[in-house]
Amino acid sequence: MAAHGAQRRRRQALWFWAFTGPFVLGLALFTYVPLAWSVWLSFFDAHNTVSPTDFTGLDNYREVLGDPAFRSALGTFVLFTAFIVPATYVLSLGLALAVGRLRVAQAFFRSVFFLPTACSYVVAALVWKLSIFNGVRFGLANTVLGWFGAEQVAWLSTTDPPWYWLVLVTVRLWLQAGFYMVLFLAGLQRIPAQLYEAAAVDGARPGWQTFRHITFPALRATSVAVVLLLIVNAFQAFDEFYNLLSDARGYPPYARPPLVYLYYTALGQGQNLGLGSAGAVVLALVIAVVSVVQVRWFGLGRREA
Amino acid sequence: MREGVKGSVRRTDDALVRAGRALRLVLLIALAVLFLLPFYLLVRNGLAAEEDITSPEWTFFPSEVHWSNVRELFADPDVPMAHALLNSSLIAVATTLGTLLLASLAGYGLARIPYRHADAVLHAVLGTLLVPAAVTFVPSFVLVSSLGWVSSLRGLIVPTLFSAFACFVFRQYFLGFPRELEDAAQVDGLGPWRTYWLVVVPNSRPVFAAVGTIVFIGAWNSFLWPLVIGQDRDAWTVQVALSTFTTAQAVNLHELFVAAAVSVLPLLLVFLVLQRYIVAGVERSGIDD
Repeated sequence: MAAHGAQRRRRQALWFWAFTGPFVLGLALFTYVPLAWSVWLSFFDAHNTVSPTDFTGLDNYREVLGDPAFRSALGTFVLFTAFIVPATYVLSLGLALAVGRLRVAQAFFRSVFFLPTACSYVVAALVWKLSIFNGVRFGLANTVLGWFGAEQVAWLSTTDPPWYWLVLVTVRLWLQAGFYMVLFLAGLQRIPAQLYEAAAVDGARPGWQTFRHITFPALRATSVAVVLLLIVNAFQAFDEFYNLLSDARGYPPYARPPLVYLYYTALGQGQNLGLGSAGAVVLALVIAVVSVVQVRWFGLGRREA
Repeated sequence: MREGVKGSVRRTDDALVRAGRALRLVLLIALAVLFLLPFYLLVRNGLAAEEDITSPEWTFFPSEVHWSNVRELFADPDVPMAHALLNSSLIAVATTLGTLLLASLAGYGLARIPYRHADAVLHAVLGTLLVPAAVTFVPSFVLVSSLGWVSSLRGLIVPTLFSAFACFVFRQYFLGFPRELEDAAQVDGLGPWRTYWLVVVPNSRPVFAAVGTIVFIGAWNSFLWPLVIGQDRDAWTVQVALSTFTTAQAVNLHELFVAAAVSVLPLLLVFLVLQRYIVAGVERSGIDD
């Protein structure tokens, strides 16, 4: 009997690996192996090679953390996050509240706001850079400003005032607000109608009061997930920065987020893979710490009491 | 008397609610126009003459519509658009099919097949979600270049096939799959393999459609990885090709815009047809639970 059970367990283990084996193997090969290799490389002088011999200890870490460009890249990320996270949160929640209560054309508005999700950052950046926020020569934004008699603005090439931030933030806002709106719409649907009925009996007026005391607290779990995703995604910002700000002459030193920094360090002229790996490890650690702290703090996955 | 007062309060309340509703609708329409505007600009510039795009005085409609721009784009030997479209299509289709196959099998194994170390495997899979894909581009480049896969379709496709997110969505879905169907299949003498293909997969089409659409859109729009790996012109995807033109010095703007419009079109079609699955998939993916 016991032998039979052992045999059965063995057979099930075989079936388990038949189903999950290929995926787990690939995941190990293409996520864990590169990570380990990168950590290893970060202790070597690896210019233009993936099999260096020159062990340099913590030099790469010292160099990357001491590089003002890397620190300013982290600063750029923090600034970008400070703009984009609240802006997307407010816009997508507002859209969800407005669309969710519509009795007519709800599907139409939901589709319109969700549609940009299908667009790439490259295409959106192209429209923003060459059509809406073009410099002084042409462009929609400057034409509209002209109607009001305002001065023309060199949107992407002026750092004082830093108008390029408006361009950077609106691209991402347009591309991602619809996705988070759908998350909030899903959250809104799960709020029991009885809560609103009870509030109405207690004399709560629809609008701000109901939102503050019922809707907003009930959306807590969704909010935590949305904010976490927004922060992690902001950390990964690359496409719009690269496509909006770099040109044939290269990349301006301002507004360079961590991934753009890593891209130019590891794959640019120097091909310094050791330094790039050290930067990637630092960035991965920062993201992991931010995620864990945020989840611990706000309790992702914890159900409402 | 009191009734009358109450009635008039009710009436002003109703008027306020109606005014609020009208205001909300006006705001939503204005926002909808703003959200659609970039799509319009793409088409407008793509079908306009160069002078219309660079005119200092912007007009809503171009002075003339040039459908020939589309033909011109594909005839231009300097712009490898047809080849880039082919690359993107191959990559997006292969990535989608491969991800669906690998992630759904793994999700099913994790959800349904009892195994002592299943929890450890699940944690190892979920652990990779903590390491955002974009941060691993340096390490992954190192691996792929040591395999000699730079500028090859293999290098562009294979490393992206193992999506922990897709695997997790499938696992969550299969946890809630009705067990009776599988039990019935086993009574009929089907093993796990045939149960999966003949019973589970055919009854799970919506989740496959949802994950498939999300993966397809992601693969079609992905930029950083193809930029890093697709270094030769022959390995360019649509996104890399477009980006190369925006950062280059001399380029025909109308050609660039018509190329961008052509690159968005297939996705918009996929999107409009399968949109309800994406929305349902996002809602059911459990990421906000």
